[in-house]
Amino acid sequence: MNTVEEKNSLYKSRKQSVGAWFGSGEPWIWVTGSAVAASVIAVVGLLLILLVRGLSHFWPADIIEFEYLDERSGQQTTVVGEITDSEQVSLEQLRSAGLQLPEEGGEFRQRDLIKTGNRDVTGSDFRWYLSENMRNIRFPKGLMVLERYEWGNFYGYLLNVKEQGREIAAQQPAEFDPETWQVFEARLKRAIELNDTIKAIEKHETRALNYRLERLRLAERELELEIGLDALAKNLAMAEIAQERAEIDAEYEVLQTRLTDLHQQVDRDSFTAVTADGRQLSLPFAKIVDALLPNQLNAVEKTWVWFTKIGRFLSEDPREANTEGGVFPAIFGTVLMVILMSIMVTPFGVVAAVYLREYARQGFVTRTIRIAVNNLAGVPSIVYGVFGLGFFVYGVGEQIDQLFFQAALPAPTFGTPGLLWASLTLAILTVPVVIVATEEGLSRIPRAVREGSLALGATKAETLWRVILPMASPAMMTGVILAVARAAGEVAPLMLVGVVKLAPALPLDGNFPYLHLDQKFMHLGFHIYDVGFQSPNVEAARPLVYATAFLLVVVIAVLNFAAVSIRNHLREKYKALEH
Amino acid sequence: MNKPSGSFLQESDSFFQAKRRFKDRFARHAIASGGLAVIGAILLIFLYLLYEIMPLFQSADIEEQAEYSISSDHDPVHLAIEEQGELFLRLDAGGNANFHEVDSGGVRKQQSLLESGVRVSSFAVSSEESRVFGLGLSNGSVLVAKHDYEPVYTGESREIVPSLSFPIGDFPRILTDSSSAIRVLAIRDGEDQATIAALDEAHTLHIMQVEKEQNFLSEEWEFTEKSFALNDIGDSVRYLLLSEDQRYLFVLSGQAELKVIDLRAARSSEIDAVVGQYTLTAGAMVNDIRFLLGGISLLVSDSSGAVTQWFWQSFDGLRRLEKVREFATKPGSARIVTEQRRKGFVVLGDTGSLQLAHATSGSTSLDADTGLKRLPVAAAIAPRANLLILEDDTRKIKVWQIDNPHPEVTFSALWQQVWYESYSEPEYVWQSSASNNDFEPKYSFSPLAFGTLKAAFYSMLLAAPLAICGAIYTAFFMAPAIRRKIKPLVELMEALPTVILGFLAGLWLAPFVEKHLPAMFSMLLLMPPAILLFAFVWSRLPARLRNLLPDGWQALLLIPVIALLGAACIAASQSMELLFFEGDARAWLTNDLGVSYDQRNALVVGVAMGFAVIPTIFSIAEDAIFAVPKHLTNGSLALGATPWQTLLRVVMPTASPGIFSAMMIGLGRAVGETMIVLMATGNTPIMDANIFEGMRTLAANIAVEVPEAEVDSSHYRVLFLAAFVLFMFTFFVNTIAELIRQRLRERYGSL
Repeated sequence: MNTVEEKNSLYKSRKQSVGAWFGSGEPWIWVTGSAVAASVIAVVGLLLILLVRGLSHFWPADIIEFEYLDERSGQQTTVVGEITDSEQVSLEQLRSAGLQLPEEGGEFRQRDLIKTGNRDVTGSDFRWYLSENMRNIRFPKGLMVLERYEWGNFYGYLLNVKEQGREIAAQQPAEFDPETWQVFEARLKRAIELNDTIKAIEKHETRALNYRLERLRLAERELELEIGLDALAKNLAMAEIAQERAEIDAEYEVLQTRLTDLHQQVDRDSFTAVTADGRQLSLPFAKIVDALLPNQLNAVEKTWVWFTKIGRFLSEDPREANTEGGVFPAIFGTVLMVILMSIMVTPFGVVAAVYLREYARQGFVTRTIRIAVNNLAGVPSIVYGVFGLGFFVYGVGEQIDQLFFQAALPAPTFGTPGLLWASLTLAILTVPVVIVATEEGLSRIPRAVREGSLALGATKAETLWRVILPMASPAMMTGVILAVARAAGEVAPLMLVGVVKLAPALPLDGNFPYLHLDQKFMHLGFHIYDVGFQSPNVEAARPLVYATAFLLVVVIAVLNFAAVSIRNHLREKYKALEH
Repeated sequence: MNKPSGSFLQESDSFFQAKRRFKDRFARHAIASGGLAVIGAILLIFLYLLYEIMPLFQSADIEEQAEYSISSDHDPVHLAIEEQGELFLRLDAGGNANFHEVDSGGVRKQQSLLESGVRVSSFAVSSEESRVFGLGLSNGSVLVAKHDYEPVYTGESREIVPSLSFPIGDFPRILTDSSSAIRVLAIRDGEDQATIAALDEAHTLHIMQVEKEQNFLSEEWEFTEKSFALNDIGDSVRYLLLSEDQRYLFVLSGQAELKVIDLRAARSSEIDAVVGQYTLTAGAMVNDIRFLLGGISLLVSDSSGAVTQWFWQSFDGLRRLEKVREFATKPGSARIVTEQRRKGFVVLGDTGSLQLAHATSGSTSLDADTGLKRLPVAAAIAPRANLLILEDDTRKIKVWQIDNPHPEVTFSALWQQVWYESYSEPEYVWQSSASNNDFEPKYSFSPLAFGTLKAAFYSMLLAAPLAICGAIYTAFFMAPAIRRKIKPLVELMEALPTVILGFLAGLWLAPFVEKHLPAMFSMLLLMPPAILLFAFVWSRLPARLRNLLPDGWQALLLIPVIALLGAACIAASQSMELLFFEGDARAWLTNDLGVSYDQRNALVVGVAMGFAVIPTIFSIAEDAIFAVPKHLTNGSLALGATPWQTLLRVVMPTASPGIFSAMMIGLGRAVGETMIVLMATGNTPIMDANIFEGMRTLAANIAVEVPEAEVDSSHYRVLFLAAFVLFMFTFFVNTIAELIRQRLRERYGSL
C-alpha cells in the first residue's frame, strides 16, 4: 500500500481545478468510502437501538402524575404512568384527528406516550397525551408500581393492608407512610415465598405424578394391544397397574391437600390500592409479582433494581401470553437444541471433512462434492425446514411411532415436530459449515508434518489421530462455533419442525428418561417473531421483544467472536509451520 | 501408500503390528463410510424433495378392478358410490334403491321407494356431493330422498350400513293436477328450503318451493310448500338445472338453447323472468350439461366432441353467462360425471372412451377406453375420486380404480394465467385454501416468484452498490489498521439473526419510514452531493490540515458527515412534509400520484434484506479485490496512473469475476430469505412492482402454509415444489458463483 499512499499524498499537495479534481478520481474514492461509513453507521445504529430499547425497559423510571385537560371532552383528569415515548406531531395531523387546538404554539406539538397500566380498570394501558395540556406535573413519593400476574402493571397509591379482611395498616394516599409500606412489603414477601412453594410443587411433584399416570395409561394400552399374552398374565399385569394407579391417586390426594392449604395461606392477605382518579381496588397479595416505589429510589438503588429485573427476565417463565415475565424457557430451549445439534453435527462434519481431505482420491468427483457441500451452505434454510418436516417428522417419525409407540397412537410421539427433529434438521443445515471449516484447517496443516509422522513409521490412522486432528482441532472448534451461531439464530426451519410459542414443560426434567426428545420447545428467535407479530398486545410486548433480540444478539456475537479469536489463535500457532 | 513396512520394527511383537494395521484399515473404512454417509445424507435432501414432487407430474392411471352382471328388472337411473368405496347405490326406473357391494355386485340392502304401478319418469340430483336426489314420477309427483351411510363397529370389524332419508318428507310431492308424468326434473335442497322444477308431458313447468323448519320443541321438521307454474317454456326442453341459491333455473331446449329464468321474478310476475338467453354451441347438439362442484360453473358437452365450461360474469351490474374454457376431448363425448371434492370430472364418449379432466388446469389427464364400445347407461364416481362405476345396457357393471391424485397441478396452472371461477379474466393468483369445501384452490407460482424476485431486486438495489463500493474502498484504499476493525464488524453483521432484522424492519423501520417518508427521499437525493461537496471542501483545505488525516481514513471522516446529514433529514422531515406534501406524504402519494402505500412494503424489505445481504457480498467481493496481486497495482501506479485509474483499469477487470460471484451469492441469499420478508411485508401475494406495496415470497409462503397443509395433498406437494424451486435456484446460482471463483483463484495462482 505504500506506493498508493505516496501517490495519494502527491495528488493532495497539488491545488487542482474542479475538473482536474474530478479527473483524478479522488471524489469517487470518497464515494466508495461513504459506503463503508454508511454500513458502519447501520450496524452500530442497529446495535444501539437494540441495546437502548432492550435494556431501558428494565430501568425503574420515575412515575409521573399530572392533571390532563382532555382535548375532546374538555374534562380534567389525573393521569399516572411512565413516559415511554414522545414525538413531534404537526398541528394539521392533530386537527385532522379531530382535536381542537389553538393556532399559537407552533406548527408542531409534542405528545408523550404514557404507559398508564391498570388495564383491568381502564381497558387500555398505553395512551398518547399532548404535552401542552399537562398541568401540575409532579412525582409523588407514595406512587407505587405493582407488577402483577394478570392485567399488567398497576400504578397507584397504597391505601391499606388487610389480613383476612381485617385492616392492619392504613395510610392516606397523599401522605406516604413508611410504616404501612413496611407492613405491605413484609406481607408481599410472605406471599411471594408461598407462591414460589406452590409453583415448585406444581412444577415438579404434580407434573411427576401426571407423568407417571400417563406412563401407566400407556402401559395399560400396550397390554391391551398385546396379542400373545394369556388372559391370566394380562389380568395380573392389569391388577399391578391398578394398584400403582391407586398409589399415585393417594399421593395426588396428599399433594392436593397441601396445595389447598398453601393456597388458603397465600390468599389470607390482601390490600387496597387507589388509582390516580380515585378508584379503589382490592387486590390479593397472591397476584403480585413485585412492588416498587420508583420515585423514592436513588440512582444506586435504581441500578440494583435494574439488575434484579434483568436477572428475573433471564430466569423467569413468561406470563400473559409471553408479553410479560421472562424468557428462561426460550433460553433453555435454544441452548439445549443447540447442544444436541452440536453433538450430532461435530462428529459427522469432521468425519466427512477428513474423508474429503485425507482419504478420498482428489479428482473431479471430490471437487464436485466439495462445491456441492459448499453450496449447500447457501441453500435457503426454509428448504431444510421443509425437508425436516417431510422426511423426519412425517416420514421417519411416523414409522418410529408405528414401531415403538403404538400404545400412544393416535396421539403422535415422534410423528410430530419436536426437539429431536429440530436439532437433526439444524444439524443437516449446519453440517456444511463444519465440513468447510474443518477442511480449511486440514488444508492448512503442512505436508511436512504428515510426511514426518509417516516417515517415523506411524500408520495413516495414527498420523491422523495423533498429529493431524489435534492440529486441526481449533479449526473444528471454529466450525462448530460458527455452526452453533448459525443454528442459534435460525428460525424459519424451526417453525416447521418443533418450536412452539409456549411449551408447557422444559424438555429436560426429573422424570425418566429426563431428556424428552419428542417434546416441543421454545426458542429465543421464534419468541421474537411470536411476541412481536402474533401477540395480542404488541405495544406492551415490544420492550420485551427488544430485550430478547438484544439477548440473542449478545449470544451470537459472543459465539462469533469466540470463533474469530480461535481462528486467529490457530493461524498464529501454525504460522511457523507454513514455510 | 505409506504403510509402514515391518522390516525395521521387527523387534515389536507381531500382534501389536497386526493390531495397528487393523486399526488403520478400520479407520480408513469407518471414515470413508462415515464421510460418504454424510455426503449421501446431504444429497438426500435433493432426492427427497424430488420424491415428494414427482406425483404432481405423474399422469393419471386407471385400472379395471371388477366386472360383473347384476340382475334387475329395470334400467338404472342413477348410480352413486359411498365414501369408503365399499357400497354403491343403484336406483332403477322401477323406483328400487339397491345397495350393492362394489367388489362383487352382491346386494346388501334393497328398498322400494314407490307404490306399485308408479314408475320413475325422470331423475335429478341436488348435487352429487349432497347425496340428495329427486325422482320424477309417472303420476306427476316428485319424491326427494337422500342416501346415507353409517359405519357400525362390531368388535374389530366395521360394517357400513346404508339408509335412505327424506329431506322434505317421505312422500311424493304432487306437482301437477293432471297427473301427467314428469318428463324433465331439477331439484335443489338447501339448509332451510328445497326447490323442485318439473316439466310435465304437457310442457308446463311446475315450480315448487318447500320451506323447512324444525320445531325446536319436538325437533320435528315442518314443511310449507308454495307452487307456481310457467307455461310458455317451449316443447323441446331437454335439461333443467337449478342454481345453488335456488334462484335461477337453467332451461336447455332444442339443440343448444339455454334460457336462464329468475324464479323470484317468475313467481311474482312473468315479465322479465328470463334474464339470459344463450346459444351454447354453434350447430352442435348439446349432449350433457351439469354443474361443476360448487355450483358456479356449468359444464356442457356437445355432439362435436367439445366440452366447455361456463360461468356468470358481472359487467356493470349485468350478469351474463360466459364461456371461459374449452377442453380438448374426443369426438362424441356425451356424458359428464363430476367429482365431489375437486373441480374434476369424467367425460364418457359414445364409443366407449373415457377421459379424466380438471377444470382449473383445463387439461385432460387421462385418455382411456372402457371397452364398452358405447355410452354407459349410468356412471358414478366415488367421493374420493378413486373409483368409477359404469353400467352398460346389458346390466353389466364395470368398476375402475382411478389413481389421479393431483389433476389440478400442471405446469401451465402453476406458471400461466388461469381463468378461475368467478374471476372476470384469467389471472395469476395464489390462494391455497378457504373455509368452504367446494373452493377452487389457486396454485399459481407466478405471484410468489414475482414477489421473491421483487424483494430480491429491491434489496440488491440497495445492497449491491453499498457492498461493492465498500469492498473496493476497504480492500484497496483503506488503511490496514481500520481494515482489521471493519472486517469483524462486517462478520458480526453477517451473523445477525434475520429474525432480528425482520422484527426491526416490521416493528421499527416500517412505521418509521411511513412517518418520515420525506426524509427517505431527501436522504437519497442529498447524500451523494453532500459527500462530494464535503470531499471537495476537504481537498481545498490547507495541506497542513489535510495531512493530519492519514491516507485511507476518509471513511472515518465521513461517518459523522453521513450521520449528521441523516439526522438533519429526519429532523426536517415533518417540515418538508408540510411544505411539499400538504402535511401528509403518504396521503399525497396515494391521492396525487395514485400510488398505493402499505406500511410493510418493498422499501422496508429492501432495506432490511439489503442489510442482511451486504455482508455476504462485501466479504466475498473484498476478498476478490484484495487478492489481486500487488505487483499488478504497483506496476500501474508506478507507470503514473492515479489510484482511481489503477482501480478501474487494473484491479476491477481482474477482480470482476469475483465481484460477480459475490453478487450471485448475495442474490441467492436474498431469494431464499424467509424471516425478514415474513415479518416486514404484509405477505399478500400480489403482482405489482410498486416499491410501496408488499409481496409474498416463495420462502415466506412455505413458512406460512406448510404447517397447515394436509400431508401428501396437492397443496403440500406444491409447497414442496416451491422448496424445490428455491433449492434449485440457489444451488444453481451458487454453483456458478463457486465455479467463477475457482477459475479466478487458478488465474491468480498463475500470476
